[in-house]
Amino acid sequence: MTPSDTPTDDRRDPAPLLELAGFSKSFAGFKALDGVRLTLRHGEVHALLGENGAGKSTLIKCMTGVVHRDAGTLRLDGALIAPRSAAEATQAGLATVYQEVNLAPNLSVAQNLFLGRQPTRFGLVREGEMRRRAAAVLAGFDLNIDVAAPLESYSVAVQHIVAIARAVDQSARVLILDEPTASLDAHEVEILFAVMRKLKARGIGIVFVTHFLDQVYAICDRITVLRNGRLAGSATTAELPRLDLVKMMLGRELAHATAERALAAASGEAAGGREAAFAAFEGYGKAGYVAPFDLALRPGHVVGLAGLLGSGRTETTRLVFGAATADTGTAIVDGAKVALASPAEALHLGFGYCPEERKTEGIVAELTVRENIVLALQAKRGALKPLSRREQDEIAARFIRLLDIRPPDPERPIGLLSGGNQQKALLARWLATQPRLLILDEPTRGIDVGAHAEIIALIRRLCTEGMALLVVSSELEEIVTYADEVIVLRDRHHVARLTGEAITVPGILAAIAADAPAGEQAA
Amino acid sequence: MSLRLPRIGTSQVVALLVILAINWVVSPQFFDIRLQDGRLFGSLIDVLNRGAPVAILSLGMVLVIAMRGIDLSVGAVMAICGAIAASLADSYPLPVVLAAALGAGLACGLWNGFLVAVLGIQPIVATLILMVAGRGIAQLITEGRIVTFTSPELAFLGGGSVLGLPTPIVITLALLALTLLIVRGTALGLLIEATGGNARAAALAGVGTRLITLAVYAWCGLCAAIAGIVAAADILGADANNAGLWLELDAILAVVIGGTSLFGGRFSLVLAVVGALIIQAMNTGILLSGFPPETNLVVKAVVVLAVLLAQSPRLAGLGSNLFGRRA
Ligand SMILES: Nc1ncnc2c1ncn2[C@@H]1O[C@H](COP(=O)(O)OP(=O)(O)OP(=O)(O)O)[C@@H](O)[C@H]1O
Ligand SMILES: [Mg+2]
Repeated sequence: MTPSDTPTDDRRDPAPLLELAGFSKSFAGFKALDGVRLTLRHGEVHALLGENGAGKSTLIKCMTGVVHRDAGTLRLDGALIAPRSAAEATQAGLATVYQEVNLAPNLSVAQNLFLGRQPTRFGLVREGEMRRRAAAVLAGFDLNIDVAAPLESYSVAVQHIVAIARAVDQSARVLILDEPTASLDAHEVEILFAVMRKLKARGIGIVFVTHFLDQVYAICDRITVLRNGRLAGSATTAELPRLDLVKMMLGRELAHATAERALAAASGEAAGGREAAFAAFEGYGKAGYVAPFDLALRPGHVVGLAGLLGSGRTETTRLVFGAATADTGTAIVDGAKVALASPAEALHLGFGYCPEERKTEGIVAELTVRENIVLALQAKRGALKPLSRREQDEIAARFIRLLDIRPPDPERPIGLLSGGNQQKALLARWLATQPRLLILDEPTRGIDVGAHAEIIALIRRLCTEGMALLVVSSELEEIVTYADEVIVLRDRHHVARLTGEAITVPGILAAIAADAPAGEQAA
Repeated sequence: MSLRLPRIGTSQVVALLVILAINWVVSPQFFDIRLQDGRLFGSLIDVLNRGAPVAILSLGMVLVIAMRGIDLSVGAVMAICGAIAASLADSYPLPVVLAAALGAGLACGLWNGFLVAVLGIQPIVATLILMVAGRGIAQLITEGRIVTFTSPELAFLGGGSVLGLPTPIVITLALLALTLLIVRGTALGLLIEATGGNARAAALAGVGTRLITLAVYAWCGLCAAIAGIVAAADILGADANNAGLWLELDAILAVVIGGTSLFGGRFSLVLAVVGALIIQAMNTGILLSGFPPETNLVVKAVVVLAVLLAQSPRLAGLGSNLFGRRA
């Protein structure tokens, strides 16, 4: 904690900025929120925490009127407000970035920033003026990009920052951020925090949802914890040490067993890695996408990809899975040269791939959890060999249990699950195919502390069972715990390969930051 | 969020029953059914019989729409295939006639599928091409005339009966059963719904989305060919200008009334057929009531609106807010 984070406690602030009381919401008999209250003060960063499915996103949506609450009152500076839509909430002064960013990907960055409030003259949009202002707004976020380019040409992280900039720019009194940092790297998180501190100094109250406890202690003044839709407690950050916080979130101590299991698995596995590669890529690359690289994936071996956003990590995984087609190099699987021209081919070779963008590339929102889980397995078997309903039920039930997907209802449309639980279901989709190589792009994004440890343990266990893994993660501490080899990327080049003792957080950071021209240190 | 729990199609079935009841009020003999010369007659049978072409079209259309596509060319394809069948009927044996007409429909469907799946053209534009060109092709086949035929075998497909049921009804039921078998008996239905619901996610899950797209448009062309053959067989001839005219719109309407969203995803074959029957029941009802046929279009619009409103999740939310809160 830095001293600058605690001034609100000293500042006398009798009248709260935003006051929620008695918020309740049921979905078809299921109580997602039950009498929740929350008080936000002027210039306060307020962490809203809880396990996956605790009701954080629902609380926010009920606040802004996107979801109609069953009961509850909302006061802004003492006056009752009742926004009925996101637009009304924005007008009332509640700017929100929802968990699933909803911008228009084919419009330009500038258009997205000013959508619905474009500067006009005589009813015509002043395109030049809009771009100028957009560039100025983003400069405040250290983001110097071409604002005329379509939003979809940028990474998820950039899109997220644009969404945040859009919200912040709308002269908000309250800023609500639902897991804004899930897709940001350390540097971008710092930029966001700097912006948050500026807003805080202007007296704006910020509600901040995250699963990163470090961030909670770095920037938040106060914490409110939800558990199963109820208020589990609220306290200042200073009053609530980490362990107590975790206990408040989970309703129990974080099982040490999980961590120990992970360690045991780690040591028992050291023998792996000398085996012949299951899949090897030589001089594999695509012009303008990722520079040619060598990569060997062995059974029981985890290769981590580290680097800043936009450094080519996701692009590497997509080439490996055939979602993008290489124009140079060869791919060898089980000793035979293969053409990886589509995900379908990769699937049949025993590859699996959890993409980074859950909503647009992962889930089929309308289909049930069961259907989403069996999808890849069914695609692998082909349309003519349908899984019987009994087999589907059995697979869904098994993975819902294994990964603790909540609520444990296989027949619920997956779009109604909380973000973290959707992520678990996607992992289940690939585990169900019993892949020999599993490619995970940010597998723990949006996953709560409890499940986080479990997923890491699962990754280790899959390894001991002989699966090869290729994992992208922005969380270096996480990579360090399970990777046998870390490849560092910069500017779409594989610039360094670390193995064994060399895999440390400082080591990776040094490789990422090294000034050498891209490609020079490549192994 | 526009998600809801699976629906069971009550609103469509209720709508159909209401319309049938209204028909019964305006024409008390509506439900009378007679057996004459081994074939059933009556207004209800008429509804089923007349509704057959649109019902058959909707069996193809529903899959295309579930894939988030659309096929505007089915009316024109009907005209092409009807023209081929009518022109060949008197000079070739029935199997050859059918093979030629069905083959043409399949080719049309594959063409649409090629444009959409391989070239990546937007479905509405891709199928517009054949919608416009198709009628021209049909006219070239009939050389601008109305082609008539006398072949009793082909005529049987339109005017005959099997166990008392008019052949078009039997063909529709058989095709419904076949489609159900192909789509729900295999995993194709799931893969279609996944692709329509989120094409990128489905492709990354290893679903062969291109092949499925191609197959679905091909199936839609085949269904249009069957509808075209039935329609030609019914009037013992082919009129390239009017055969299947605007029926693509009825088929789309039937699918939408049947609860399949134009945004793709979940679909129901049976409810699409129910949708086709709703449309036909209205047409017949207005004829029976003695209203000028022009009112048909207005009434149709109103009924469609009513069914769509009944399905609207937002309205349902409003309803439950107004009428007491249920947990
Ligand atoms: N529209 C809906 N219909 C039915 N259930 C819903 C709906 N929206 C949310 N839920 C349920 O309400 C619960 C709370 O979900 P919510 O998205 O608020 O969780 P969360 O705390 O944001 O979790 P995460 O950290 O995973 O994002 C979940 O069990 C979810 O399945
Ligand atoms: Mg959430």
